[in-house]
Amino acid sequence: MADKRITIQTTRFDPDKDERPRLQSYDIPFSDESMVVLDALNYIKAHVDGSLSYRWSCRMGICGSCGMMVNGTPKLSCSAFLRDYWPRPVVVKPLNNFPIVRDLVIDMESFMDKLKSIKPWIIRKQEIPLGAGEHRQTTSQIDDFKQFSQCINCMLCYAACPVYGLNNEFLGPAAIALARRYNLDSRDQGTKERLPVIADSEGIWECSFVGECSVVCPKGVDPAKAIQQTKLDTTMRFVLPYGNRE
Amino acid sequence: MEFESYDVLVVGGGLAGIRAAIAAVEANPRVKVGMVSKVYPMRSHTVSAEGGAAAVLRPEDSYETHAFDTIKGSDYLADQDVVEAFVREAPVEIIQMEHWGCPWSRDPDGKISARPFGGMTTWRTCFAADKSGFHMLHTVFQTSLKYPQIHRHDEAFVTKLLVEDSRCIGVVAFDMRSGRFEAITAKSVILATGGLGRIYAFTTNGNICTGDGMALAYRAGAGLKDMEMVQFHPTGLPFTGILITEAVRGEGGYLTNNQGERFLKRYVPNKMELGPRDIISRAMTTEFEEGRGFEGPHGKYMHLDVRHLGEVLIDRKLPFMRELGREFLGIDIVTDPIPVRPVQHYMMGGVEADIWGATPIKGLYAAGECANVGLNGGNRLGSNSLSECLVFGAASGRAAAHYAASAKEVGANPVDALLKDETHRVESTYLDKKGGDQRIGQIREEMQRRMDEGAGVFRTRDGLERLTRDLGALRERFEHIKIEDSSRTFNTDLTAALELDYMLEIADAITYSALAREESRGAHARRDFPERDDAKFLKHTLAYRTDELAPRLEYRDVRITNFQPQARTY
Repeated sequence: MADKRITIQTTRFDPDKDERPRLQSYDIPFSDESMVVLDALNYIKAHVDGSLSYRWSCRMGICGSCGMMVNGTPKLSCSAFLRDYWPRPVVVKPLNNFPIVRDLVIDMESFMDKLKSIKPWIIRKQEIPLGAGEHRQTTSQIDDFKQFSQCINCMLCYAACPVYGLNNEFLGPAAIALARRYNLDSRDQGTKERLPVIADSEGIWECSFVGECSVVCPKGVDPAKAIQQTKLDTTMRFVLPYGNRE
Repeated sequence: MEFESYDVLVVGGGLAGIRAAIAAVEANPRVKVGMVSKVYPMRSHTVSAEGGAAAVLRPEDSYETHAFDTIKGSDYLADQDVVEAFVREAPVEIIQMEHWGCPWSRDPDGKISARPFGGMTTWRTCFAADKSGFHMLHTVFQTSLKYPQIHRHDEAFVTKLLVEDSRCIGVVAFDMRSGRFEAITAKSVILATGGLGRIYAFTTNGNICTGDGMALAYRAGAGLKDMEMVQFHPTGLPFTGILITEAVRGEGGYLTNNQGERFLKRYVPNKMELGPRDIISRAMTTEFEEGRGFEGPHGKYMHLDVRHLGEVLIDRKLPFMRELGREFLGIDIVTDPIPVRPVQHYMMGGVEADIWGATPIKGLYAAGECANVGLNGGNRLGSNSLSECLVFGAASGRAAAHYAASAKEVGANPVDALLKDETHRVESTYLDKKGGDQRIGQIREEMQRRMDEGAGVFRTRDGLERLTRDLGALRERFEHIKIEDSSRTFNTDLTAALELDYMLEIADAITYSALAREESRGAHARRDFPERDDAKFLKHTLAYRTDELAPRLEYRDVRITNFQPQARTY
């Protein structure tokens, strides 16, 4: 065990001097069965090559920073165990479908704009004062939106989405799932404000329900379902008489 | 030179920081608020909080009991006026979070539910399953997006507070993407940078918890208060340090040793698994020393057992724990006990601040884990910190907005020169440095190991003295570091060096503060001084930076209102 080693090949790219990304190979000790891809990167950075750049923080699958392509699949690198790849080399690349800032760091500014555009906050016709206490909400009302509220914004679904790959204007799986999260919340009255942003956005009608987004989600969110439900809602908006439109 | 200028600038984008930003805007809609964070706000470490947020919301509960539990939990080192104000504000904040959409778990009648927690005499910990911090952070962050007055500088790293005439007028930061240094000025600045767990090797804290705000304030001349008070959570997963929430015990989980015995009966017989964290961590360490721990590939551990709770309850109230067990250990907590051991988790100490978050430096505020407002004393009770972020985040946001309304504009005159000096300092010390041979990662790992050994659950004079020497030697090695990355774009070698510099500095503050407190109180347990000594040490430690390794220490009386110190037994 002490002598076990593993090869990590990772993307290197410094826009200051590289024209295009290249792969660099590191042979490192695989000293513990519990090691994940992120541990390997941290070993490289601390002991072999301090210039490697990547994002990470919580290493427990909740902060959403460390999404990468691991042997071609979008993964949280903190939860991708080396033992599942060894003795083959592990190839670590930045998430697909995003511009690369540096090494394994992607540019996710466009997601931040998309997130804001779907108004991910409770919208009320009339705010109730704090003194009136909480809104009552049953567990089954929470269950209506719960799975969509689990999104950690890790971008794995965007890396897996063939529609987003072709058209970066597409709002994308996570943003639509989060819009759905608020639309389905019994406390919210903002569906009407959100629907045009989502329904009229580019891409939603191109989504063919491939469902890759739902497959790669590390948190059990089903964005494909959110997209299909949204399509249905949008259709209903045109079918229903005015008074019934919400 | 042009620079961004705000009324209120928040450093840090976690729960306290975002709550402060929103409070500032709501106090005065004309206020322009900046928020600078080295990560996108939803990555902040609040996201990892699990168990919940304490507040008096049930008819059978009272402010007085929440205050008493907190003060007793603090081993009487909390400032009691601060605690009394806190317990009154916490319920308002929980309701505010509810109005903003936080998916709090509910009782059958639709009201916000509560669960028992360590050191709390009644059920008052509000929760969103076992992802409370995640849901609270995403709720406030997403809510903050509706305020056009809040301007974010994501992924910008602060290297210095701008202080002129003993007033804080902004920060120097560099944009990680472009590598460009910029001055961001403000009439008032709020530090909300979180904890410092990465000073230790075995910690629940994320990579970003490097005590930046504490070091920034310390360098600017503010005192760091009660830095010897470092919390060790009883239940971290061996190897990774991943937090297993106290809610597991709140929901009825057992801690057992290698005899299959619920050993806490010898330490906290009336509270058992719901004793406070400091005492349980010591109990576990004592059991390990006496040979009653399990031996594993990553050290000794105990069993945290929820098998008797059943799958239905676990999936409803502890789903993330089941997920963590499956993902990281390959076990199912429904059928397998969870291996756990004490792990660094939280910093009670922090930047000296009053009940409004105001520090002794004019225009500078601090809130959340990086601050010490006097709430937690020697030991924070679980679920008080999320509430603390809300209550004192909001208080500091309002106070900073109020201060900004009458504060003088910040002129270009001192700022240009300060920015130039600071840019030069970072470039010459790090980026343009030649000839170093010390790896940042190796110095950091050594510091972490030494802190685990010398400033852990139990401390001694010998161990702490050795630690001061080790830290001194590491500081010397730090002078000879090599920066392997010369790029201006997302240079995490540079940020790692700056973070290590911060951590080495505050590690000293912790160690010297611990050495001087010759008693055992709360999380600070001295083997050579096992008793609490109220005659000498019913006082806060204040550490001030000097040009030597050792800080200058001062002491300040604890403010006592209604609760006289008594023996702390559970």
